[in-house]
Amino acid sequence: MQVDWTIYLTLLGMGLILLLPRESKTLIRWVALLTGVAALLVALKDYFNYNAWVNAQISAHGALQDGFVQIVNVPWIPAINTNYHLAVDGISFPLIVLNGFVCVTGILFSWNVETRVKEFFAFFLTLIAGVYGVFMAMDLFLLFVFYELAIIPKYFVIAIWGSTRKEYGAMKLVLYSFMGSALVFIGMLAVYFSAGGQTFDILELAKHPIAPNVQVWVFPLIFVGFGVLAGMWPFHTWAPTGHVAAPTAASMLLAGVVMKLGSYGCFRAAMLLFPQGLEHWKWWIAWLAVVGIVYGAAVALVQKDFKFIIGYSSVSHMGFVLLGLATLNLIGMSGAILQMFSHGIVASLLFAVVGRMVYDRTHTRQLDKLGGLAKVIPFACVTFVVAGAASMGMPGFSGFVAEYQILVGAFHMHPLLALAAGLSIPLTVAYILNANDKVFMEQDQPADGGGHGHDHKPGSGGPHPSLPPITLPERVAAIILMALLVIVGVYPSIMLNMIKANVQLFLRGAP
Amino acid sequence: MTPVPYFDVLKGLGAEVILTLTALVALTLDLASVRRAEMSVRSRTIGTTAVVGLLASTLPLWQQLNGPRMVLLGGTLAMDDLIIFFKLVIVALAVITVLISMDFDVGRHVGEYYAVLLFGAVGMMLLISAEELITIFVALELTSVSLYILTAFHKGELRSQEAAVKYFMFGAISSAFLLFGLSYVFGVTGATGLQAIQDAVKNTGGLAMSPLLATGLLFTIVGFGFKVAVVPFHLWAPDAYEGAPTPVTAYIATGSKVASFFILLKVLFIGFAGLQGSAFWGNFASGWTMLLAVTATLSMILGNCAAIVQHNVKRLLAYSSIAQAGYIFIGLVAATKMGANSVLFYIIVYALANLGAFGVVAALSSRAGGDEMQNFDGMARRAPFLSLLMLIFVLSLAGIPPLGGFFGKFYLFASAVQRDAQHFGLLWLVILGIVMSAVSLYYYLILLKHIYVIDGSDQSPIITPTYLNVALGLVALAVVALGVYPKPILELLNNFSYSVIAGLVR
Repeated sequence: MQVDWTIYLTLLGMGLILLLPRESKTLIRWVALLTGVAALLVALKDYFNYNAWVNAQISAHGALQDGFVQIVNVPWIPAINTNYHLAVDGISFPLIVLNGFVCVTGILFSWNVETRVKEFFAFFLTLIAGVYGVFMAMDLFLLFVFYELAIIPKYFVIAIWGSTRKEYGAMKLVLYSFMGSALVFIGMLAVYFSAGGQTFDILELAKHPIAPNVQVWVFPLIFVGFGVLAGMWPFHTWAPTGHVAAPTAASMLLAGVVMKLGSYGCFRAAMLLFPQGLEHWKWWIAWLAVVGIVYGAAVALVQKDFKFIIGYSSVSHMGFVLLGLATLNLIGMSGAILQMFSHGIVASLLFAVVGRMVYDRTHTRQLDKLGGLAKVIPFACVTFVVAGAASMGMPGFSGFVAEYQILVGAFHMHPLLALAAGLSIPLTVAYILNANDKVFMEQDQPADGGGHGHDHKPGSGGPHPSLPPITLPERVAAIILMALLVIVGVYPSIMLNMIKANVQLFLRGAP
Repeated sequence: MTPVPYFDVLKGLGAEVILTLTALVALTLDLASVRRAEMSVRSRTIGTTAVVGLLASTLPLWQQLNGPRMVLLGGTLAMDDLIIFFKLVIVALAVITVLISMDFDVGRHVGEYYAVLLFGAVGMMLLISAEELITIFVALELTSVSLYILTAFHKGELRSQEAAVKYFMFGAISSAFLLFGLSYVFGVTGATGLQAIQDAVKNTGGLAMSPLLATGLLFTIVGFGFKVAVVPFHLWAPDAYEGAPTPVTAYIATGSKVASFFILLKVLFIGFAGLQGSAFWGNFASGWTMLLAVTATLSMILGNCAAIVQHNVKRLLAYSSIAQAGYIFIGLVAATKMGANSVLFYIIVYALANLGAFGVVAALSSRAGGDEMQNFDGMARRAPFLSLLMLIFVLSLAGIPPLGGFFGKFYLFASAVQRDAQHFGLLWLVILGIVMSAVSLYYYLILLKHIYVIDGSDQSPIITPTYLNVALGLVALAVVALGVYPKPILELLNNFSYSVIAGLVR
């Protein structure tokens, strides 16, 4: 079983769930979980094989010759010369594994979903399958198909199971994504016909030199089109509202993986195919990224809703990814790819704390109504502190390795970029600590916020005297994610080796 | 004068003959034996007869498949693989329509209903094989008149009557336009056969030299514009779609659309092959591509924007059809072999998805008490299977992969870009189409929101007959298959469409 089975297994699991009766909720959950685990194991097995192969190549030749593992390449629709072409390299592997982990932990964190369980997991797994597909597709048309496949389920997951203006958030998110993909669509047709209308294969297209004047206007279409989903400022506004409205598993997936679809598309489609376009626009991208970084962090600082803080922090951290990509040097770009993985885990963890551990128990996310939770649910507090520390870029966690490299890369591009982006670090520290303080500490806060029908008992140990304890699935999932943060933080070469080798290939101009 | 080879004609039109006979059988059967039976029994009996007749009518078609191109009656009717294929498509659409109707209350005149429905199918099939102006007109009228009658079949309902009258008035005027245009074309070229017109047009020196021909072309396009409901000739469509009994709406929106687009393609690509003009950005030249580009632009904008504010599902789908007609025109504007292929592919996908959507609406609205959006609240729990099908149909109309609608739209747009790939001459139209598709997603999602997201007050499950579920399920399967694996059908079309565009410049 090669890594493409992640897609098929997930779809099979989805089909199986559709066949099950909707009353057997436990069975459906287990089927979903086993599907997720099976896909993750397949992905991990190939990940380590690939890692070993890369290391062997490097020790033998000093560098990679060709980073891709071809999986399948068969003609699909000859009328438009598109192939069913799946291949993986050191850029996509970390993201595939990330998707696997977020899928499994997302299912664990959704164990308490009780309404319309069957439909929930069916939509969820469809989304997961689409994401796996995007990270493997090496045919532009196929990539687009998988990319769109991942958009529609998001609408239903958010609109049905979400909270806080869910229908608005869902519609906004989907329309933004769809507008983005409309731009990609136009760019895709343009690049196809500019390269002679012979192939949609990304690796083949990359060999066709496309006229510079075409590159200059098509590159921004595709980059911005994907960038919308990556939370690129000023097209980021779907992200906070969407994340906040989404149910826990969906916001984990949105911030953790779906935003990476955007940045991955930027890298794989826009940057690979249009080197001259990239050269022309890279300063714009870098500065917009920096604006996004600082803006996201600053806005997060003044939020009153716990989930909005995390939502805006995602915009800020995704800015780092785009900044790293725009540096066009080894260290900055490697950092960007690692940041995609790292932020995927951090964001999932943070949204799990906010959505599942806190909101599902207290039914509020307002900072001034929360407080003293460290005593009631200490596990949530620990998780938040770990994830928050990784988010701030504390050494020892993956976030540090990634953001440090990006800042060094940005410094090489222009010192001012690094300086401006660095401004966000104290801001991040501030909003994480502030949230930690308001939600988990501040035991003796007056409970005047509890006068709206909530069962707050003033004077009996904070606004939340007793809450249901953290369940086993939550603990397992949180520990898995925290372990990943530490493993990659302490031993980054487990991921960084393959990333660096492939970024080197990219910088040498090879696809 | 050579004697008319009646036997050959009978053989060539075997399918149409069988359908006509079935229609008469349906009438007689209803009158003679089941008139006193219960309504549901009547409907089922006559409906089954119609289905059997439709299936039987494919027998001569299968026989003629892979045969040589045949021309009947001095070139008025033709038979080749492409034409046979599309006749089969019409039969399939008619079968599904009959199945939907069997589950629907069509009033007291059951026999007449199915007979007229079959006459309509005969008209559509004749339209597909017609290659001569007078035959085209007669076939078009046979189709249209059948549809006018069907629209009025909700006898007790005012909106059905209003819709029928409106549809009839507009249809009659459009026929007048068409006939007027065709008469000018005949006047200039002295020919009625499409191939002969093409040859004659070359000698006239084009539109600039012959204002008469330009008038003829314009009026012909106006006439067809009414039939396929593009802006600004669309005004009848929302009312007719909303007022007609839902199975009839499905029939109008699919069968008649397929036949009309097919014949429009033939008239333009064969008859008016020398008169394309140009719709390239900054390089417009008068001709039919320019006219179509303008109507496509208006249809996409107005159809999609007007659909946003609709509250009635059928009306919403009507405006969506107007927008879809705009997309299809993009493929015609390309005026290439790829354009023809893409149009033919898209009308199949479009017809299937639309038929399915109206089918689900017909099945559910009669049980949920209406076809307003609110009637569909919480439908995902009341009728999970049909709701899932509706999801597939609607998303296909919106152009979401991996469904047929996505690839179809992609192919249309790709064919337009390919036309002038060096200078991206038609990219403006494609950009508009893509942006408008993004707009359309909004109202399609609103419809799905009512079905999937909003909880209705009524939670009782809705049971629909198995044959209907199976039929609609097969349609959904076809929609998915055309998106996931369109290769076989594209290859078929690619081999076929040589005959259609033989006369085209490129």
